[in-house]
Amino acid sequence: MADGYLEKRGFRAWAFTLDHKRVGVMYLWTTLTFFLVGGLFAELLRLKLMTPGPGFISDKTYNVFFTLHGALMIFLFIIPAIPSALGNFFIPLMIGARDVAFPRLNLASYWIFLAGIAVVLGSLAGPMDTGWTFYTPYSAKTGAAVTTLSFGLFLVGMSSILTGLNFIVTIHTLRAPGMSWTRLPLFIWGMYATSIIQVLATPVIGITFILLAAERLFGIGFFDPAKGGDPILFQHFFWFYSHPVVYVMILPAMGIISEIIPVFARKPIFGYKAIAYSSMAIALAGFLVWGHHMFVSGMSGVAAFIFSLLTFSVAVPTGVKVFNWIATLYRGSITFESPMLYALTFIFLFIIGGLTGPFLGSLGTNVQLHDTYFVVAHFHYTMMGGTVMGWLAGLHYWFPKMTGRMLNERLARRACLVMVAGFNVTFISMFILGYKGMPRRWAEYPVQYQTLHIIATVGSWFLAAGILAIMWNFWRSLTKGEIAPPNPWRGLTLEWTTPSPPPADNFEVLPTVTDWPYSYGRKEGRE
Amino acid sequence: MGGRRTYMLIWAALLLLTAVTLGISFLHLGVGNAVIALSLASVKAALVGLYFMHLRRESALVRAFALAPLLFLALIILGTLSDTLFRK
Amino acid sequence: MTGESSAHGENAGGAGGSARLGIWLFLATELLLFGGLFTAYTVFRLKDPGLFHAGSLRLDRMLGAANTVVLITSSLTVALGLDAIRQGKERALKICLSLTLLLAAAFLGIKAFEYAEHFAHREFPGTDLFFSLYFMMTGLHAIHILAGMVLFAGILWGASARKFSADYHTPVEISGLYWHFVDVVWIYLFPLLYLIG
Repeated sequence: MADGYLEKRGFRAWAFTLDHKRVGVMYLWTTLTFFLVGGLFAELLRLKLMTPGPGFISDKTYNVFFTLHGALMIFLFIIPAIPSALGNFFIPLMIGARDVAFPRLNLASYWIFLAGIAVVLGSLAGPMDTGWTFYTPYSAKTGAAVTTLSFGLFLVGMSSILTGLNFIVTIHTLRAPGMSWTRLPLFIWGMYATSIIQVLATPVIGITFILLAAERLFGIGFFDPAKGGDPILFQHFFWFYSHPVVYVMILPAMGIISEIIPVFARKPIFGYKAIAYSSMAIALAGFLVWGHHMFVSGMSGVAAFIFSLLTFSVAVPTGVKVFNWIATLYRGSITFESPMLYALTFIFLFIIGGLTGPFLGSLGTNVQLHDTYFVVAHFHYTMMGGTVMGWLAGLHYWFPKMTGRMLNERLARRACLVMVAGFNVTFISMFILGYKGMPRRWAEYPVQYQTLHIIATVGSWFLAAGILAIMWNFWRSLTKGEIAPPNPWRGLTLEWTTPSPPPADNFEVLPTVTDWPYSYGRKEGRE
Repeated sequence: MGGRRTYMLIWAALLLLTAVTLGISFLHLGVGNAVIALSLASVKAALVGLYFMHLRRESALVRAFALAPLLFLALIILGTLSDTLFRK
Repeated sequence: MTGESSAHGENAGGAGGSARLGIWLFLATELLLFGGLFTAYTVFRLKDPGLFHAGSLRLDRMLGAANTVVLITSSLTVALGLDAIRQGKERALKICLSLTLLLAAAFLGIKAFEYAEHFAHREFPGTDLFFSLYFMMTGLHAIHILAGMVLFAGILWGASARKFSADYHTPVEISGLYWHFVDVVWIYLFPLLYLIG
């Protein structure tokens, strides 16, 4: 069996590799680790919430745990999960290039990421009690190691910027002959839009962290009302980054779904251009709406009105994508292999997550639902139901290409069903809790909410069981899976023209592209 | 591409504009001071961008990459002002 | 780097083209990094113009102007250096880089003198919002100057090792673009901080 790019073994062959595929795999292992650790904290939180009064962990510990759950999941898992891991692995393969534009910079990004993680972990153990949003004035005063954390996250952000920069240049300059912009796979369009957000939004959180650190170190008064500063300015800066960045989380997942749906419906993607351009539209519109996180913070009425109105502009391109996927499915020859199952789950859950967004974007309902479990449920439907499902869909789809082994299909499908059932039980309960007024982040709560909390916790056990089964399947298939053919799903994008796993320099001869990659049904799979 | 001669001319122009900016700062023109100072700074920035950074003969793509971020800078300033200027 | 000849996107001139695209994207991130400070400046100046007026009078505008001249001149030497190596003149490149390093050091020297004066007058980053902004903006800018000096020292070392020629001078070019950007930031900082009339 050919080992392809995996042939060289040992620490040095990985740590100093310039191969985008190996860098992608290293990101995958790292982010996967934090997904599991973050998930563990979620389960601990759910366990505590089964009782309304004092539980097996103190309220202080509870604050630390939800901060850890949020911060690890957001900064160390969900932001880099798809772009840095799958993006790194597949962008060059899908555009017909041998590597990214700046391979050394790519490796440097990974090491900066790891260095950032080390600093972040050092500060979180502190322990950290600010929540993942680090709002001032509390974050400027707490005894927790916010300054160290700021430095760590600055490094993580720098890694994210350099990765985005690398991808943009790669997509502009290294496409194979014949690969015009309208022949670009939709995952690449999604990654391009994502990279733009990374490059333009991340520096703002960078300066925010610098200012927060300076406030703690030198007492500059930007966010301190006692010195004439403005704590809400911190929120503007924070959300100027953190809102666009939810599209860094979701756009690559949408790209993956756009790849998988046509393959398993054996139909050309419906509305290729609409999907491609809507990625760009979402990226740009995402920059216009940050204020909708601040409706009840004391922001001016004028700003609240403008941001509420603009918020609805994001719904349009998002809707365009969903309709196009459904139109692709319409009268297709659909098969339900595991990648497709996850992709359909994505659409189902993302519709729920997406449709509950406008409730929160509207000024009136926002005031009722702000900081309740409704918000928690909404973003878990988009982030977990959306991004994580897209990520899992991508992993199931590309596992054979990345490892040269097939997954256990039966286990993959069953795990998916258990996980999705658990997910819905957990988070639908939270929608109802939030609607009834249960505030988020409370360790203790009035007893009338207990039943729903217990249901949510039991649901989370099924969710966890599903995830563990998926992980077991990955782990086992690495060595025990059937040998994968080059193109198990009969896909038409370029990565499937390479052996599984691909050789170190990807293509023996760089391909020449003559058609777009979605001619399913019309001209069936190349051999 | 002009070469050394152009660079020297641009340098002289930049020094001249700096002198003018400094001179005007001693006059009292109210809001006019800020407007003039920032306009002159923008002319200087444009000269540096077009000649020293060669935007004049860059591809459309590079020019777009150079200019688009300015829109996002305007966006964060204006978006934040839409709050802070109208707060009760 | 594999800016290999088999690349077929809208390639703007081989590996150098990719590098230029990359550095411009990097400068975009730099602009938005400073952008947070510019936003804070706008918000607070509109809120309390009197404070900024009074604070500005505490700065020495002649020293600010002197530093503007120093930095603009260093931009010129960078541009001339690139022009020289494009024609294969390695010696001229080395002279230009050395001058740039000297000018950058002069800039930091003047800046350090100003800081020392402020500290002597008990004006610190936490004194008031104007001085918070002044120190954050000029401080972040000074860090960029320092980073530029490290870059140019590296390039000078490379030039001494005869790494650059008329055919290969991408590092000179992209470091130069970075330096001009740092110059442009100062061109705005000067009137915003020193010249509030």
